[in-house]
Amino acid sequence: MSEVTILKMGKNIIVPIQVELHDRAALRLQEDILKKIEETESTGLIIDVSAVSVVDSFLGRLLGETAKMARLIGAETVLVGMKKEVVITLIQLGMVIKDLHTAINIEDGMVLLERLKSGRPSIQEQEV
Amino acid sequence: MENRAEMSVGEISIISDEDVILARQKVRLQAQEMGFSLLNQTRLVTAVSELARNIVVHAKEGKVSVFKARAGDKTGLKVVFEDRGPGIPDIEKAMEEGFSTVGSMGIGLKGARRLVDEFDIKSFPGKGTTVTIKKWL
Repeated sequence: MSEVTILKMGKNIIVPIQVELHDRAALRLQEDILKKIEETESTGLIIDVSAVSVVDSFLGRLLGETAKMARLIGAETVLVGMKKEVVITLIQLGMVIKDLHTAINIEDGMVLLERLKSGRPSIQEQEV
Repeated sequence: MENRAEMSVGEISIISDEDVILARQKVRLQAQEMGFSLLNQTRLVTAVSELARNIVVHAKEGKVSVFKARAGDKTGLKVVFEDRGPGIPDIEKAMEEGFSTVGSMGIGLKGARRLVDEFDIKSFPGKGTTVTIKKWL
């Protein structure tokens, strides 16, 4: 099991990342998230990175991949809480994370998630 | 002659993923103490993460050395990444966007260079690689 808590709320899973993840721990978390979605038949995933101070190319790519994988087993993903310093750095680093839905906080993330699930995304989709 | 000086503030041997985090924390702490902005801390620490990972992935082991540096009226941090791995046969190619021999998406080197003020790489095939970065306050 990874050291990150995975919470279930209704049909959604919420993952608040509160620790600095090294590469193996991040891979383990990805596996645990997918397992949890499968077990609980969740249809939504929120990954909260508001406490994450560094997103490098590895973690950035992994987050994008996790969203794609989650979709393949039936869950939409919204990444919430990315800090502006992290965003600026990711873009300058040259990262392209496509098709990842984002929101400013968990509350907005939940709203977006429900819209995505109902197949009527009205918040402008973002590409990082 | 420009007035240059540097002082070692730490060394971390890199053999595993966990050591990459230690190197990041060390540099973060120094950058905080010296008064780097949060954005520049993030840029520097992210560059450290990419370059320290390169050591683990390509060379298995190496070390990261951190220095307080001064040049003329500038002060900042200098971080040196050394390994005795296989080296990079063609540095220019390795610095190209999208180029990578071990599927790390080729962002590492070039991306890290964009996040710092000075970037130097020396590599000798069969002998290892040394990357030096500097970020000024």
